[in-house]
Amino acid sequence: MTDGKLLLYIAVMAGVTYLVRMLPFVIFRKKITSPFIKSVLYYMPYAVLTAMTIPAVFTSAGGDMNGIIASLAGVVIAVLLAIKKSSLVTVAAAACVAVYVVGKVLTLI
Amino acid sequence: MTNLTFRKGLIDGIPIALGYLSVSFSFGILCAKGGMRILGAILISLTNLTSAGQLAGVGIIFALGSLSEMALAQLVINLRYALMSVSLSQKADDTFNTLRRMIVSFGVTDEIYAVASSQKGLINPKYMYGLMLLPIVGWTSGTALGAIAGDILPADIVSALGIALYAMFIAIVLPPATEHKGVLVCALISAAISCILAYVPIFSFISGGFAIIICAIVAAVIAAILFPVKDEESEASEND
Repeated sequence: MTDGKLLLYIAVMAGVTYLVRMLPFVIFRKKITSPFIKSVLYYMPYAVLTAMTIPAVFTSAGGDMNGIIASLAGVVIAVLLAIKKSSLVTVAAAACVAVYVVGKVLTLI
Repeated sequence: MTNLTFRKGLIDGIPIALGYLSVSFSFGILCAKGGMRILGAILISLTNLTSAGQLAGVGIIFALGSLSEMALAQLVINLRYALMSVSLSQKADDTFNTLRRMIVSFGVTDEIYAVASSQKGLINPKYMYGLMLLPIVGWTSGTALGAIAGDILPADIVSALGIALYAMFIAIVLPPATEHKGVLVCALISAAISCILAYVPIFSFISGGFAIIICAIVAAVIAAILFPVKDEESEASEND
């Protein structure tokens, strides 16, 4: 990819993201009252994060059998710690360690 | 006289900046793994300041998606910031003119918004500048470190770090999902649609960016119909 093309992507990305934040702050002075719109906006981040995570996370350490098994180990650790309400950084670090350790063990087998 | 000074903003921003440093580190690694130039990764973080949107964005860049797909994906994924900006504008004091609103709105992220909106009374621009500064520095420098590390670290370590961002998403979604049926149903629907779009061959023409848009809208609308959010709940969640 050329630098120009990359810059174009970044400009569109940053421009839209900024407008989404800026326009409501500058223009809107009234609160959204529709319970339906408020509910959709409330749920949307969870839907987005879930769709980004599943199924991509299962091949995050590689698409071959070893990669998938190592990824699964990371997911299991992340889920267990997340349910226990560990901090975001703890969950992420523990998942990485699990993927690394299981990946290493698999290469030895 | 308000106690919300620039200095207090800086201090309140420190924990956010530390959290951002580690999240953006894995974003930087992801960029390096995909073959992006370090400067490109840094520029994305400096100009976007958002995790989910950037992750989807580089996915579209690596897949050579269209610019309209990029614009639509960013719009849908970052739509929640519009709600936060509306909410924050209600808390803005009289010294917020249009220019200051334009500057401060750049820093509307889940965490900065949460801290700002949890302050008692109205907020002023100086406090917001202080609150934004370190998170922006942390987010951008973490990306730089990750992108550099992705180039020099051994492949197996880079591969293991690839799960970090996803693990963090799991940690954001799961706790509320165990307590709120609507969030759980929303996540399950989204996961199901996401898998169908990824694995059923007839949907293979749908790219990753559009798949996320479809999942987000369908799952959020169904959850909103089945489990409308009461006012107190949405207020509480905004302060997470």
